[in-house]
Order: sequence, then C-alpha cells, then structure tokens
Amino acid sequence: MGGLRALLIRLRGLFGVRATSDEIAAELDSHLQMHIDDNLRAGMSPTEARRQALIQLGGMEQTQQTLRERNTLPWAETLGQDLRFALRQLRKSPGFTAVVIVTLALGIGVNTALFSIVNTVLLHPIALPHPGELVAVDASKPNFERGSISYLNFRDWQRDNRSFAAFAIFRHSGWVLTGSGDSERIHGDYVSSNIFSVLGVQPVVGRLFAPGEDEIGHSPLVLIGGGFWARKFGSDPNIVGRAITLNGQAFTIVGVIPSSFDLNLGTFRAEDVYVPIGQWGTGALKARGAGLGIHGVARLKPGITLAQAQADMYAVSDHLAAVYPEDDHGLRASLMPLRDAIVGNVQPVLLVLLAAVGFVLLIACVNVANLLLARSNARAQEFGVRLALGASRRRIVRQLLTESTLLALAGGALGLLLAAWGTGVALKLAPAALPRASQIHLSPLVLCFTFFISLVVGILFGLIPAWRVAGQQPQNTLREGGRGVRGTRHRAQDWLVIFEMAAALVLLAGAGLLIRSLVALSDTNPGFQSNGILTFSLSAPYSPATATPEGATAWVHDVDQRITNVPGVTAVSFVDGSFPMTGDDDEELFWLQNEPKPSDQNDMHWALRYMIEPDYLKVMHIPLLRGRFFTDADRGKTPPVAVIDEDFAHQFYGEANPIGQVLNLTDPDQKATIVGVVGHIMQWGLDNDAGFPLRAQIYRSFAQVNDGEGIPATGFTTDIVVRADHADTIFPDIQAAMRRMNAQQVAYGPKTMDHAIADTLAARRFSMILLGAFAALALVLASVGLYGVISYLVGQRTQEMAIRMALGADRGNVLRWVLKRGATLAGIGIGAGTIVALLVTHLMASISLEKSSLIYGVRPWDPITMIGVIAVLMCVALAACYVPARRAASVDPMRALRSE
Amino acid sequence: MGNKTDVWQGTLALMVLKTLETMGSQHGYGIARRIEQTSGNLLALNYGTLYPALLKLEQEGAITSEWGTSDNNRKAKFYRLTRVGRKQLEREARSWEQASAIVARFLAPAEEA
Repeated sequence: MGGLRALLIRLRGLFGVRATSDEIAAELDSHLQMHIDDNLRAGMSPTEARRQALIQLGGMEQTQQTLRERNTLPWAETLGQDLRFALRQLRKSPGFTAVVIVTLALGIGVNTALFSIVNTVLLHPIALPHPGELVAVDASKPNFERGSISYLNFRDWQRDNRSFAAFAIFRHSGWVLTGSGDSERIHGDYVSSNIFSVLGVQPVVGRLFAPGEDEIGHSPLVLIGGGFWARKFGSDPNIVGRAITLNGQAFTIVGVIPSSFDLNLGTFRAEDVYVPIGQWGTGALKARGAGLGIHGVARLKPGITLAQAQADMYAVSDHLAAVYPEDDHGLRASLMPLRDAIVGNVQPVLLVLLAAVGFVLLIACVNVANLLLARSNARAQEFGVRLALGASRRRIVRQLLTESTLLALAGGALGLLLAAWGTGVALKLAPAALPRASQIHLSPLVLCFTFFISLVVGILFGLIPAWRVAGQQPQNTLREGGRGVRGTRHRAQDWLVIFEMAAALVLLAGAGLLIRSLVALSDTNPGFQSNGILTFSLSAPYSPATATPEGATAWVHDVDQRITNVPGVTAVSFVDGSFPMTGDDDEELFWLQNEPKPSDQNDMHWALRYMIEPDYLKVMHIPLLRGRFFTDADRGKTPPVAVIDEDFAHQFYGEANPIGQVLNLTDPDQKATIVGVVGHIMQWGLDNDAGFPLRAQIYRSFAQVNDGEGIPATGFTTDIVVRADHADTIFPDIQAAMRRMNAQQVAYGPKTMDHAIADTLAARRFSMILLGAFAALALVLASVGLYGVISYLVGQRTQEMAIRMALGADRGNVLRWVLKRGATLAGIGIGAGTIVALLVTHLMASISLEKSSLIYGVRPWDPITMIGVIAVLMCVALAACYVPARRAASVDPMRALRSE
Repeated sequence: MGNKTDVWQGTLALMVLKTLETMGSQHGYGIARRIEQTSGNLLALNYGTLYPALLKLEQEGAITSEWGTSDNNRKAKFYRLTRVGRKQLEREARSWEQASAIVARFLAPAEEA
C-alpha cells in the first residue's frame, strides 16, 4: 500500500516537477521566515536574525535539489540521463547515426506503405456491414467459369433458394443524360430492387427501390450516386421526386446513395445512377438462355455456411436444368465469398510484394544490427573503462538499449514520412482493379505497426551487442587496447553480410524474372497492330430521322464519313459484340452444315463474335489469310456471309478449306457462308489468351446483321475503332465532328489500343515496378552492409597491415587480400541465395494472375536472369569492398604503427 | 558513513512521528523546534536533514501534508500523522525500546565492573 502510494506521489513529481519545485521552495522559505521571526522575538536585529537562521539551516539550494531528486522516480531519472547521454553519443558520430536511421527508415517506410495498401485491400476490402455474409453469385457454364445469369434464372433462383436472406443482381450500363446542362454520357447499373438492402447501404436522402419497382413495365425510377448528386445538383436535399432524362426518357429520382458507398465487384462500383432492371429495354430479359452480363450478389442467412448455400444452389439450378434443358443444360449457380471475388486477382501479387518487402526490412535490420555490432566493438574500451570504474553491467546494457531504441524510433518516424509518400506513389502505379484504392491511407493500425516494428528492431538489435558487452571482462578489453572481443565478433558480422547478400539475390532474381516476363509480353504479337489504334464509344439519341432502317443506314454512313474526314484518320469501323483487350465479349452459337440441330444451347458450338465494318482489317492490321473480307455490298438483301479466324478454321475444319462452308447461326437465325479466313487475335490479354477455352472467332458484317433496324427509342450506343496518325491526340477533333453532326450525340471514353493492352498488364507492371524497387533497395542496403563490414575490418587490421607492409608486402597484396575477403563473403551469400532464389522463383511461377503465371514466357530458373543478377550483385559487392580496400592499401605503415 | 546516516534517518523519522503524535498537525519549522527542545538542544536540525525525512515519510504514507496558516499568520505546510503512520510509530517505538533496552543491558554490567 505504502509503496504504491509512494510511487504515485513520485510519478506526480515526475510529471509535475515545476509545481513541486515551487512548493518545496515555498515550504523552505516559510521555514526560514518562521525561524527569523523567532530570532527577532528573541531580540536580535533583523540582519542578525536572518544571518543566524541561514547559518543554522544550511544550504537551501542543495536541500531543494535533494528534495527534487527524491521527489521523482530514480529509474526515470536514469532514463533521462541515458537518453541525454545517448543523444550526445549519436550526435558525436553523425555518419553512423544517419546511415542507421536512413536504413531503418527505408525498411520501415516501404513496409508501412505496403502494409497500408494490404490493410485496406486485403484485410478490409468491403466497407459494408457483415461482409462475411456476402457472396458473389454467377452462372458456371461450359465456356465460362463465372458466366452471367439470365434474368429468368435469377427470378427462379431467387424464388427457389433457401440459403439467401436476399439475392440481387446488377448489370453495368451507360446512358446519355440530357436536359441537365451539356448532354453527357453517364455510367451506372441496372439493378434489382433489393441490391442496396442486400449490401446494407442506406440512402442519404429519400429511399431505396421498393419490391416490385424493378418489374418490367413499372414507371421509370432512378437512384443517383452521391458524387453525381453533388456534381449535377449541388447536393440539393429536395432532389427526391425530380426527374432526369436518360436516353430521352424521364426517370424520377427516389433517393441518393451516399458517396461513401465503395465497392469494386466486377463491373459494379459506385456510379452515377442505378436503374431498376425492368427498365432495360432489351427483349433478351425474357430469354432464359441469354448471356447479358448480369451478375449477382447475395447475403447468406445467419448460420448458413457457404458450402451449404452452394449445395442448395446446385440443387436449385440442377432442377431448372431439368425443367429447361434447352437453355439451362450444363448451367449451375456458382458461389464465391464476396471478398475472394473482389481481391482474388490482386491477392497473390500483394502477398508476393509483402514477402519481398519483408525481406527488405530484414536486410535493413541486419544492416542496423551489423552497424551496432561494429560500433559496440569499437566502443569496447569505453565500456571496459566504465565497468572498471564500477558501472554495473545492467546500467551499460540499458545504455546500449536506450541508444538502439532511440535510433529505431527515429528511423520509424522518418520511415512513416517515407511511407506516406510511398503509398501515394504506389497507388499511382496500382492497377485499376485494386479494390478500395481511394480509401487507402495510413491508418492508426499502420501507425502502430510501424512503431511496433521499430521498437522490436531497436530492442532486438540493441540486445546483441549489449549481451556481448555484459559478458566481457573489463581487464581483457583494456589489455587489448580497445580492440574489442576477438573471434566471435567477426563471424557474427560475416554471417549477417552473407545473409544480406543472399536475400538481395533472391529479390533481384524475382524482380529480374518479372522484368523478363514483361519484356516477353511486350514482344508478344496480339494478332493485330495496336500502335495507332484509337477506340471510343458513341451514343446517339432517338430521332425520327434515324428511326427507320434507311435512316439508320444513312446515319452509320454519315458517322463513318465524318470521322474519316478528320485529318489524320485513315480507317474507321463500328465494333459491336466482342472487343479485344477490354473484357467485352459476345458469343455466336452455331452448328455446322452437316450436323443436326442440337437440342439445347450448351450443346452448340461457341465462338467469339465480332460485328464490324469492311474497314476493320485496315484499322486493326489483321492479316487476311484466305478468301475475302466484307465489302459495302454485304448488306441485308445479299446472302449472309461470315469470316472466321484461323483457330476457328483449324478447330472445325482441320486442314480442309473452310471457304464456301455454311454455318447455321442463331442470332439472328441465318445460314451464313464462310467467305474468308483471317489471323487469330488475342481477345483477353497478351498473357492469358491461351488460358481461355473459347478461342474460335467469327466476324459478321455490322451492316448485314443490323439491316432492317432503326435506332430505337432508348437511343443507340456503339464502340468505334479508328486508325490514325496520332491516335493519342486526335480524339478532340473526332468529338467535335460528332457534336457538329448532332449536338445531342456524345463521343466519349477515348482509349488507345496500346493503353488498353497496357491496362491488361497493369497488375504485372505494378508488381514488377514495386519488386524492382525493393530489389534495388535490397542491393543498396546489402552493399552498404558489406562496405561497413569491410571498412570495419580494415580499421581493425590497420596495424597488422602496416606491419605486413613494413615487412615488405606490397600495396597490391593488401588490396587483393581485402577484396578477396569481401568477395568470399559475397560469394558465399550469392551461392546460398541462388539456391533459395530457385525455390522462390518456382513458387512465384505457381502464382497465377487471371489464368496466366506471374512469370510468363521465361523459365523460373532462367539462366540469363540468374547469371545477370549474380553478375550485378558481384560487381556491386566488389565496388563496395574496393573503397575500404584502397584505403587499406594506402596506409602509411610508419604513421599507422606510431599511432598505436 | 552510510550506516550512520541510516541510523540517524531512522531515529529522526521516529522523532518526527512521535512529535506529530504529541502535537497533532504541525509545520516543518514547528517540528524542528520541538525536536530541538525535546532533545534539550543537543540536536540541531537543518533543512538538509529534516525535509528529506519528511518527504520520505510522506511518500511512505505515514504522514500527509496540506497548506495552512501558522500562529504568526505565515503560510506553511502542515504535516499530520496518518493511520499508517500511527502503526509505524507504534512498531518503531517498540523496536527502538527493545533495541535500547538490549544495548542498555550490555552497557550496565560494564559500569558495575
């Protein structure tokens, strides 16, 4: 009890030193005054009374000092002394201090930056209530693992399942907004009424959709996003009930989704507008077999596991397949935790990077340990003297710990600054698919993480030299003239350097392989010439003039003509259906001339379908291998024709000539004659084309397929590709030309094909750049480590080398001796590192990025990479040794010997 | 040297506690005066001995202090015995009596001889 109380009072003294000091002074003063009063009363003169009192009471200042010291905690006082002493020591060797702090800051900084990203992306990818209950729902089909759900199947799955608390769908779309300022293209989703209640999102204003409001034929309603609300309506709270015009139709606003809503599930994310799925004017909603790009999300009932729900949904979809074999044969509901659906693609990359950055931190720590070790050895005499003078070992160990912890904390603080900056840089490089990228910031958790790391580093690596000092005998140290503890010390430092070299090699090998993969990919021929292609979209509103088939044909021709007339444009084509490198795909279902009609869709053949205009080959530079491509003459009235790619030809006709063969197509129901064969193009991406089962490609003439249709009341949107001299700068001219043609017509979303391809490689480039940066960092740190050890060695052996030289060894010998020693350490590290690197790169090769390995087009044990990396590391290591070696060789023997 | 101080500090603490028990609440100067008088002016207390002892007793919880006004209208810090202090006084007084009794017994026969 008493002890605790004393501690509390002392603690108060520690933190309120000033107040207590004043109090002590006042108390002593009052004592003095009372003494003087008594002396006066005893008849002394005022001066004499004061003098006598002071004599008797002794030194007031000393007493105050004693009381102050007694008034606080002794260990805190010692800590203060240690801190002051440590600061003085560190300031005395600014080079050492700077290197240690910067090394730690780099290690901790990159770790914190990456951990910030991982923290948000992998640990908190879904900012919604109870994210663990959410599952992504898709339809698995023969050609698509995670294919789209048809509307009718959705309705039946929703009705029949017993596992979901609620089940919703979404389908990305775009609209032309008119009547609210300039007409513009806005983005959003068709959704089922319950989508936001499934996700657990509350509107900021108004309400969500009510059940039934998503039925076909319901009056048009819309929910708007917070960003759109602020941008277009200045966040007007009375927005509910007003209407916006989308594709020429008035939609009544019922509510506003908060701008904090943030999800990145496939195509579904925070957007401008959300429209009930029933408003989608496509007749295909009623087709059970239609693949419309609709995907689902559901919330599991409490207590239902994913496996139970999956089993339930298998039963539901298998039942439907039995009832509707023509459409649903081979089709099953497929469930996946929402988290996996969102982060599945980036998880392996981030984990690889996290492992790499861990290596960097490890190297940084080893470096710091090495420096502290070298320093404590250099200070052995100082400690020897202090021990001999009666300092306790505990006190010296505490002193060392204080120093290293101080260094670590300084490193951590600097590292945090570095992390804040590095996070920003990393995010600029991040692939667009990184979930919640906008939310990534340095969180308090990350802050704690950093300081935890730096504290652990400080204590751990302060302990090594401290433990050594504690064991030494002062007389030995003093006798050695401060040369420290022999033997074990060198070996410990050697091991640390060897480890650093090995770790740096592993990182360099990994980065090297990623670089080689990207080089291999950039040499990959996608089947077309991407350079010089611009892609964009065009939305045209309904107008009576284009509502007729003739009007629509004339409009297409006019658009083509106006774009061709833009200076620099050499060829142009509408693109409907599949679009290479963007993820947009569309399929043709067919059977061959000599085959009977299959009973259901999934027994038909599938091919990627491209609906294009005759100039498409000129835009894309796809080679025509056989026959002819389309001409302007291929229209609705002429016999239906098709062009296929070489993979199609090989898959269905082998070596036979496909020209003249007839295909039974389903959309529209036509028999089309094959008139030409073109080269295969990569639809999905440079690295993963081979991973997709669907490879056959079929081309149809846009004019022939769409002949007889006018632009519908909801307007018309198409993609357009253009070959131009300056594909990256020509878009404003094209946009202006389209606007001149019709002020309500919007050209938007320009992207060069080079960019589209680069985007498919974003995850790779992200990991390559970061891993490359980490490897470079590791290389620098490891060479600093080697430099430090060799410098230290040279410093220690100056006398020895002076003697050798005095006895006739020439400078070349000394230089070679030092270099050899450095090279031996580096060599052992490189040898060990090579073995580890081979294991690690094998592991990397097994990590896949959307159907292709992280290491692409190069073997994990690629000899060129390995030899290159080893050569780089060896050169850097020798360079790091050369500086101290030169210093050793230029020692003046006489001066070195005399200085002892 | 250290031992002497310890003994002195120990006895001084006992004297302070006893003084406070007798006089109730008292300030440092009053305590010093009282101890000097009681000792027949054989002891002279300066700041350096008295105040560290008071601080130690306060930290141990044997006494508490608060600011008040002296008989002569001077602001002073008044010390008072706590329950803990009372027990400590009993305990130390008993052990001191024992100790001095033992020492007295050793010394008495020597005088007789």
